[in-house]
Amino acid sequence: MSTQTTTEPAPPPAPAPAAKERLSGLPNWAVQALVSLSAIVLALIVGAVLIIIGDEGVKTAVGYFGAAPMDTISAAASAVGEAYKALAVGALGGITPISESLTQATPLICGGLAVSLAFRTGLFNIGAQGQLIMGAILAAYVGFAWHLPPVLHLIVAIVAGLLGGALWGGVVGLLKARTGAHEVIVTIMLNYVAIYLLAWLLTTTTFRRPGRTDPISPIVDHNAQYPQFGDTRLHGGFILSVLAAIFVWWLLNRSTVGFELRAVGSNPDASRTAGMSVGRAYIIAMVVAGALAGLAGTQQVLGTDLPLTDGVAASIGFDAITVALLGRGTPVGTVLAGLLFGALNAGGLQMQLITQTPLTLTTVLQAVIVLFVAAPALVRSIFRFLPKERGTGPVLAKGWNG
Amino acid sequence: MSETTPDAVPAAPAKPQVIEAPADRTRRLRVGSLMVVFALIGLALAIFTKGGKATFQLTSGDLQHNLLGVPAQFAALVLGLLGVISAGAYLLRRVPQSYSGYLAALLGICFIGSFLCWAAAGKTFPLANQFQGTLNFATPLILGALSGVLCERSGVINIAIEGQFLVGAFTAAVVSSTTNSAALALIAAAVTGVVMAWLLAVFSIKYLVNQVVLGVVLVVFATGITGYLFDQFLQSNAEKLNTPTVLSAIKIPGLGDIPFIGPILFNQTILVYLTYLAVAVVTFVLFQTRWGLRVRAVGEHPKAADTVGIKVKRVRYSAVLWGGVLAGLGGAFFTVGYAGSFSKEMTAGNGFIALAALIMGRWHPIGAMVAALFFGFATQLQSQLQIIQTPIPGELLLMAPYLATIIAVAGLVGRVRAPKADGEPYVTE
Repeated sequence: MSTQTTTEPAPPPAPAPAAKERLSGLPNWAVQALVSLSAIVLALIVGAVLIIIGDEGVKTAVGYFGAAPMDTISAAASAVGEAYKALAVGALGGITPISESLTQATPLICGGLAVSLAFRTGLFNIGAQGQLIMGAILAAYVGFAWHLPPVLHLIVAIVAGLLGGALWGGVVGLLKARTGAHEVIVTIMLNYVAIYLLAWLLTTTTFRRPGRTDPISPIVDHNAQYPQFGDTRLHGGFILSVLAAIFVWWLLNRSTVGFELRAVGSNPDASRTAGMSVGRAYIIAMVVAGALAGLAGTQQVLGTDLPLTDGVAASIGFDAITVALLGRGTPVGTVLAGLLFGALNAGGLQMQLITQTPLTLTTVLQAVIVLFVAAPALVRSIFRFLPKERGTGPVLAKGWNG
Repeated sequence: MSETTPDAVPAAPAKPQVIEAPADRTRRLRVGSLMVVFALIGLALAIFTKGGKATFQLTSGDLQHNLLGVPAQFAALVLGLLGVISAGAYLLRRVPQSYSGYLAALLGICFIGSFLCWAAAGKTFPLANQFQGTLNFATPLILGALSGVLCERSGVINIAIEGQFLVGAFTAAVVSSTTNSAALALIAAAVTGVVMAWLLAVFSIKYLVNQVVLGVVLVVFATGITGYLFDQFLQSNAEKLNTPTVLSAIKIPGLGDIPFIGPILFNQTILVYLTYLAVAVVTFVLFQTRWGLRVRAVGEHPKAADTVGIKVKRVRYSAVLWGGVLAGLGGAFFTVGYAGSFSKEMTAGNGFIALAALIMGRWHPIGAMVAALFFGFATQLQSQLQIIQTPIPGELLLMAPYLATIIAVAGLVGRVRAPKADGEPYVTE
C-alpha cells in the first residue's frame, strides 16, 4: 500500500513523516478514532475477499479468466458492491432500517457498558452473557407471572432484571475479592450455568407456556412491556441504554466510587496503599456491571422478544465484549461501537435477504475489526501515516495471576 | 505436597507429631466440610433408594447377557457409609497428609456409586454405555486441554480452544468428504488448528495483544468464518462437501479382548489412540526433555530464561503451534470422529469445558485428562439418566463441570496456581 514512500531514498523532508507529524498533533481520541476507522476499512477488505470467493458470478468468470480477465474483476466488484450496498441500505436506508439498527444496538450498548465498566476496574467481564440471561429470566418471570398496574409493572420487572444480573455479577466480584478466583474463569463458567439454568427452567411448569412442548414462556403482560416507537420494533429500552451510558460516564468520571474503580483498575497495589479497598471496588464494579447486563436482558425480553426462550440472549453477551473493546472501555466509545455493530447486524439481515450473502459475514467483520483495534501496531504497519497512540489506553486484565 | 515439617521433634521418633500450618488447617477444614456435605448427600440418597435390584449392563448393545444385579439399597448404604468414613477421616486428619488425596478420590467414587444405585434401583443402567460415552465426550476435551497445557505452560493464555475446535471440525469434515481419506482429514484439521494457533501466537507474542481479549475475538472469528463458509458452500452442496466418513474403530488384538475394559478402551478410532498417546507424549516432553524444561521456564520466569540464553519468543511460538496441532485434532473428533457432518457452532462450548479441565487439572497433562474424563462422565450420565428417567433434571447435571471449576478456582479444593508468567507478553527493553 503506502510502503513505497519510506523505502525510497527521499530528500530529508519526506512526505510520509510529514503527514505523520501533522497527525501526531491530534488529540488521543482522534488517533483512536483513526485507528478504529482503519480497522473497519481493513475488515471490509477481508469481508470483500470472502464475498468474492463465495460468489457464483465470480466463479463462472474465473472459469474463462484467461480469455477475459476484466470479467472476473467486474464480477467481483459488482458482487462486493451489491452486498455492501444491501448492508448499508439495510442499516441506514430509511426509518425502518434505522429503527431496526437501533433495536439491535440497544442491548449491545448495555452489554458493552457492562464489559467496559469492569475493564476500567481492571476486570475482564466475559460473563455479560450469563448476567444478561439471569436478568432476562427474572424480568420475564415478573413480566408474565405477576399482574400489576401499568408503569409500575414495567418498573418492577426492570428492577427484577437488574437484580438478576447484579446477583450473577456480584458473585464474581465476591469470589475475586475473597478468594482471588480469576474473574475470567468464573464468568465463563457462570455463563454456562446460566444457560443450563434457563434451559431447565423452560422445562418446568412455572416457566413453560401452557400447551407448548418447546422451550418458550408465556408472553409478558402488556403492562410490563417497554413502550414501542410507532409501529417499529424500537422500544423504550433504547432510551434506557443512552441513560445507562450517561450514568456510567458520570460514575466513572464524576463520582468518588468511580475514581476508586479507575484507581484500582490502573494500579491495585497503589490503590491499596492509598487506603482504598480493592476487594470492595471489585465487588461494586461487578455488581454494577451485572446490573447493566441484566438491563440488556430486560430489553430483550420486555422489548424485543416478549416471551422468554432459550435463545433470548443470542450472542449479545459475547458481542458485548467486542463492542467494549472497540469502544476502548469508554462510555461514549461503547455507545458508538454498539450503534455500529447494531447497524452491522440489522444491515446483515437485509444483505442476507437481498444478495444471499450469509449473515455470518457480519460476525467475521466484527471479529476482524476488533482484532485490528486490539493490535494497533499491526494497523500502523499497514497504514504508515497513523501516529502512535499515547498512554496505555484502557487498562485490561493481565494473566491468570494478575 | 508431602512436606514433613522441620519442627518434628527428633527426640520422640515413636510418634512423629506433624505440625500443621494454619493455612493447611483452614484448607483441610474447608475441603473436609465440603466432603462431608457430599458424603451426607450420598448417604441420604442411599436412604431414599427404593428396594429391589439395580441392574448394570456390562456390555453395550447386549441386552440379555452380562448383567450385574445388586441389591440397590444395601449397596448404596455401604457406599454411602464408606463415603462418610473417608470424608470424616479427612476432616479429622486420621491419615497422613500424603494420602488425603486418595480419600477425596474414594469419596468421589462412593458418591457416584451410591448415586448410580439410587438412580438404577429397579431399573437397568447401561454401565458399558456410560463408560463408552464418557470416553467419547472426553476425547476432544483431553486434546483441547492438552493444547491449553502447552500454550499456558509457555506463558500464553489460550481461551481460543473453542475456535481451534471449530476450524478443525470444519476442515476435517470437508477434507474427508472430498478426498475420502481419514489421514488427510486429520492432517488438514491439525493444519488449520495450527493456523488458528499461529494467529494466537503472532497477535500475542509479536503484537502484544491482551491474550484474554485475543482468545475471545479468535473464537468469534472462527465462529464467523466457519459459519460463513458453511452457509455459503456446505449447505448448498452438502452431499459433496459435508458427508465425511466417520473413522472406523480399530480393535487392538489381545487388549481388546479383556472383558468390560477391552471393548471400551481398546476398540476405538485412531483419534482416541492418538489422544492416549498425546497425554503420554505431552507429559513426557514437558517434564523430561530439554524443550519441556524451556517451555516451563519461559512460562514461569521469561526474564531468567532469557538470561541463560533461551529464546523466549521462539519457545513460545513452538509451544503454541504444537498446541494448535492437538486442538485441531480435537476439533476433528466432532466430525470425523463422532458425529459425521459439520454443523454451525457444533462444538457447543466444549472448548470452554476443555479450558475448565485444564484449570481443574492444574495445568498438568494428567490432571487435565482426569478432569476431562470427569466432565465427560457427567455429560454422558446426563443423557443416560434421561433414558432411564430419573427425577434429576439433566440440565442440572450438565452444570456440574462448570460448578466444579468455580469451586476449584475459588480455592475450596486446594490452591489452583497458573504458571507465573501466564498471559504476560515478554517485552525486552
